[in-house]
Amino acid sequence: MPTVSMTVNGQAVTGEVEGRTLLVQFLREQLSLTGTHVGCDTSQCGACVVHVDGESVKSCSMLALQADGAEVTTIEGLASNGSLHPMQEAFREHHGLQCGFCTPGMVMSAVDLLKKNPNPDEGEIREWLEGNICRCTGYHNIVKAIQSAAASMRG
Amino acid sequence: MTDTGIGASVKRKEDFRFLTGEGRYTDDINRPGQLHAYFVRSPHAHAAVKSVNKADAEAAEGVVAVFTGADMAADNVGSLPCGWVVNDRHGEPHKAPPHFPLVRDKVRYVGDHVAVVIAKTYAAARQAAELVEVDYDELPAVAETGKARDGSAALLHEEAPGNLCYDWVLGDEAEADAAFAKAHHVTRVDLVNNRLIPNAMEPRAAIGEYDMGTDSYTLYSTSQNPHLLKLILCAFVLGLNENKLRVIAPDVGGGFGSKIFCYAEETVCTWAAKKVKAPVKWTAERTESFTSDAHGRDHITHAELAMDENGKFLGMKVDTTANMGAYLSSFSTSVPTYLYATLLAGQYTTPVIFANVKAVFTNTAPVDAYRGAGRPEATYVVERLVEVAAREMGLDPAEIRRRNFIQPDQFPYQTPVALQYDIGDYGASLDKALEMIDYDGFAGRRSASEAKGMLRGIGFSAYIEACGIAPSAVVGSLGAGVGLWESAQVRFNATGSVSVFTGAHSHGQGHETTFSQLVSDTLGVPIENVEIVHGDTGSIPMGMGTYGSRSLAVGGSAISRACDKIIEKSRKIAAHLMEASVDDVEFENGTFRVAGTDKEKSIAEVAFTAYVPHNYPEGVEPGLDETAFYDPLNFTYPSGVHICEVEIDPSTGVTEIVDWVAVDDFGKIINPMVVEGQVHGGIAQGVGQALLENCVYDGDSGQLLTGSYMDYCMPRADDLPSFRVGMTETPCTHNPLGVKGCGEAGAIAAPAATINAITNALGILSMDMPASPEKVWRLANQQKMAAE
Repeated sequence: MPTVSMTVNGQAVTGEVEGRTLLVQFLREQLSLTGTHVGCDTSQCGACVVHVDGESVKSCSMLALQADGAEVTTIEGLASNGSLHPMQEAFREHHGLQCGFCTPGMVMSAVDLLKKNPNPDEGEIREWLEGNICRCTGYHNIVKAIQSAAASMRG
Repeated sequence: MTDTGIGASVKRKEDFRFLTGEGRYTDDINRPGQLHAYFVRSPHAHAAVKSVNKADAEAAEGVVAVFTGADMAADNVGSLPCGWVVNDRHGEPHKAPPHFPLVRDKVRYVGDHVAVVIAKTYAAARQAAELVEVDYDELPAVAETGKARDGSAALLHEEAPGNLCYDWVLGDEAEADAAFAKAHHVTRVDLVNNRLIPNAMEPRAAIGEYDMGTDSYTLYSTSQNPHLLKLILCAFVLGLNENKLRVIAPDVGGGFGSKIFCYAEETVCTWAAKKVKAPVKWTAERTESFTSDAHGRDHITHAELAMDENGKFLGMKVDTTANMGAYLSSFSTSVPTYLYATLLAGQYTTPVIFANVKAVFTNTAPVDAYRGAGRPEATYVVERLVEVAAREMGLDPAEIRRRNFIQPDQFPYQTPVALQYDIGDYGASLDKALEMIDYDGFAGRRSASEAKGMLRGIGFSAYIEACGIAPSAVVGSLGAGVGLWESAQVRFNATGSVSVFTGAHSHGQGHETTFSQLVSDTLGVPIENVEIVHGDTGSIPMGMGTYGSRSLAVGGSAISRACDKIIEKSRKIAAHLMEASVDDVEFENGTFRVAGTDKEKSIAEVAFTAYVPHNYPEGVEPGLDETAFYDPLNFTYPSGVHICEVEIDPSTGVTEIVDWVAVDDFGKIINPMVVEGQVHGGIAQGVGQALLENCVYDGDSGQLLTGSYMDYCMPRADDLPSFRVGMTETPCTHNPLGVKGCGEAGAIAAPAATINAITNALGILSMDMPASPEKVWRLANQQKMAAE
């Protein structure tokens, strides 16, 4: 089986994978990083969003081998030294999560949005979230959380 | 109110783990030596299974075993039961054909379970499933609700002639006819309550495990009610003593009803774990969720409302056909009967109501409770009827409702459909909603829309629901096979922290926070010193789980009662410590005081004494650990008024919800932030049904045409508006907290409000859900063409 190496949440990792192994499977099954979730099999739901070389990516739609040499950040790598990332903090503050299953993908996707557009309006946030499905919140508080995070991250 | 007590929007305790990826859902759990299961499912809607050849699959690399229905039959594994017996109009129990976890003779829907392949890896099991040769003899299928009882329709079960599960009535038909005979006007509507697929974001999953040393099983499952699952599996399906099965429902990623039921897959994983002597794990692919989670709704209804010349309701008649799917899921029979027809009075004084419900079998996935369960269907009937009635009578839709509301001085109010509402103030919610939406300004907003070439509409939904499910004696008399009380155990630990064990299960509702607030407020201990334990039958007392907006009203009441017991015992210990009479000891904010003195003991000191009872009152047991079981006296009756305002682009048929006002009366509220979140999510699911979601089976082949997120339209962020939520409050009269429940309200209210708004904008009386752009465009342009 081929070997894949990458940096995940700042740690160098190496593993043997099948050609068909998806990045999300490598993260969940080999690295036990189970914060990245699988909610569908057609790459619609976005529960599996991680960052690959700084860009948000659905890790169900990428082979582990395609991430060879990449810098990968998962939800487990977002908080630093036990303090939440401003986006995580904003989701908590504004009740942007209920069951928590879509949350890791939602947060990772939102972090990338603010990198690309530090001051999105409500419509831009809603449009960006097209690729992340939440069944619990009706998105209302997710949108509020992202607006609040944007304000706090702009300083 | 403290900043963490009852009434405070405390930030959720569970969020840190969910936000950092440390949540622990069933699929995150892996057991040593675990094998993986993959189900061979029927590709046909209806077929006889002539033979299953598993030899090639068994020989495939990595495969440990392949099992069929015959293997389960050999072990006397039973049928998955339906736990609610509905007696038909002749007093006969509903038809209950067997529902085996793996089929024995026929498949009856696409996705039905034919065999299971168990292998060392998931990939090996999935690949080998392709090698299981099933010889099917295809049979004609019937997938459409309205066609199930046609004489020529395929018959699913010999036990149910005409595919009829039951023909059930509520109310007096002759009285209803007499009321209609006196009517000045009768409004008639024909409605389809479209079939939905629940789609919790976490797919169902299960790990069955068998311990040879103790001859006992453990099942990890995505369940809303682990004790109920354990009870059903042990007593009805696997024939185990209940002390031999532990069910653990860890973090669960949404349920909405679909994770209440006892399913084939978790049954098979549990049973097979002993056969293969290893843990067996199964996680649904999303397509399996679409094909084999219990679906929701699926009613066809004709309803009539009789009125006098002032628009006062005289009587209502409702005729509904409800689709049960191919088999009866765990509580399916109760949904279109006792959770539906009993709600047809709505918020109104309609004196006579007659309902007839025919439940039918079809070659589709089983249908059972989905967020609201019967009550959204009832509200849709009532609020569509009332809206159409207003238009036909030339009455303002707010006014016709107001004329017919049950008035605050009429409570307790006995409806003609069995329920007795304890309290409410429907006019207060309507007034507040009208003010919030600026109803007086609507005409101006409509003109402004027209000036842009857009159509604007406004729609009301004044809903009621029966929640806090449910008084055991009442549901027992109606056929429920279980009691619907809830349990709580409140344990002071020796050093002053508190562990609470609840039978309710949180899968997004925030119980760890709300219940902690309740306990912190009641016992006067800091909220961070309270832990809520749920979801493990090995550590919690027998409990009934979470559904029917019951967790706080029933489970919270049990916690409240257990806290009361803690305080009473502590009072005796405190009295002893302070050398006072028990009657002189007061308790407030976590401190016992002797009235009129400066003597005091904190409850933490008392707890320590209870566990280190060196100086202790005679006749009092050591320890501070109390259990309470709470059986509600009545249902609770949350109610409210939602108003939806839409703008439709007639050139594209796209409907935009431009404003949404929800005014709800949930009684007392523990955590407003959590309650508002529940309302938002409920509305989103109701709007999803009204605008986007629709489960479609091909009428001829019975193939599921909406089997993935590419075909089944889930609400996305850009399909929905922000919501404006207001509250009114009439505290529930019969539980210790005055709470009613809030989890289902949005999903109950929203479909009628949305369709009422769209039909208002289009100037028509009725249309079916979902109001897709294509459908709306056709209606908009038909109107335009007719006008020209």
